Amino acid sequence: MQSETKSRVDQLTSPAGHPVSVLRFEGDIASTSKEAVLGTYQSLPKQSTKLILLDFSKVDYINSSGIALVIQLLIEAAGAGQRVFAYGLSPHFTKVFTMVGITKYAGLFPGQQEALAAL
Amino acid sequence: MSGAGSATVKPTTVEVRLPSRLGYEKVAMSTAAAVAKLMGFREDRVEDLKTAVAEACINAMEHGNRLNEGLSVGVVLSAGVGSLEVKVIDDGKGMKGPPPKVDIDRKIHGEEDPRGMGMFLIQALVDEAEWVAGHNGKASYVRLVIRLDPPSQ
Repeated sequence: MQSETKSRVDQLTSPAGHPVSVLRFEGDIASTSKEAVLGTYQSLPKQSTKLILLDFSKVDYINSSGIALVIQLLIEAAGAGQRVFAYGLSPHFTKVFTMVGITKYAGLFPGQQEALAAL
Repeated sequence: MSGAGSATVKPTTVEVRLPSRLGYEKVAMSTAAAVAKLMGFREDRVEDLKTAVAEACINAMEHGNRLNEGLSVGVVLSAGVGSLEVKVIDDGKGMKGPPPKVDIDRKIHGEEDPRGMGMFLIQALVDEAEWVAGHNGKASYVRLVIRLDPPSQ
C-alpha cells in the first residue's frame, strides 16, 4: 500500500565551489524507507562528504516514522561533522518539519538552485 | 454536504474500516480529505487533517492493535455545521497521559527516541484532540476536530 521509496545520489558543486552530495528521494517516506534514507546516506564516504542536500521534491507522503528516519540521518551527520540541508518540501511538510524542530539542524530551501547558492 | 458558510448543512457520517496494516492509513487520509473538501475546508487545513488522521491510524494499528491484522481500525468522520470530527478507534487500552513534547535537541543528542512524534503532530495540527481509553481495554479512540473558518464578512 505504501509506495516504495526510491533514492539516488548526485554529486554537484555549489556556485561557491563546494562539493555537495544530493540525496534524491521519490515516493513515500515512512517506516519502510530505512534503506532508502539511512542506507543511501550511509553509502556516502564520510571523509569526503561534508555538505548534504536532501531533495524531497518528488516525495508525496511523509509520516512521523519517515521524519524519525530523517532525524536519525541528522544525528549521524552531526556525529560525522557534516552539514545537512533540504529542499522541495511542500508548504505543509515545511510546516511539519518546522514544528518538530528539524529546521534547527537542517536548513530548508524552496528549490535546488536556492539551496546550492547558499552552500 | 454543502460548502463553507452554508446554514443548511446536514450532519453526515462516513465510516471506514481499515486492516491493521501500515500503509492503509492512506485510505483514511483520502477519505478524510474528500469529506473536508466537500465541506469547504481550505487546502492547507485539508493537509493538516490528512497528516493528523494518518498519524492517528498508524498509532491505532501499531500501539492499539499491535499490528494484528485480525483487528481492524475504525474511522468515523462526522461532518457537522462548521466542523469535522474524526474518531479513530482501536482495540487497545488507550494512551496514558498527554502527548509528549518533541525536543529535537534531545533527539539529536541521542537522549530521546527519534520516533514518537505522532501524538504531538496530531495535537498540533487540529483544533481539538482527545485520547479516550475504552472500557475493559477495548474500543479506545482518539477524537479529532477541525473547524471551518468563520465566513468572511
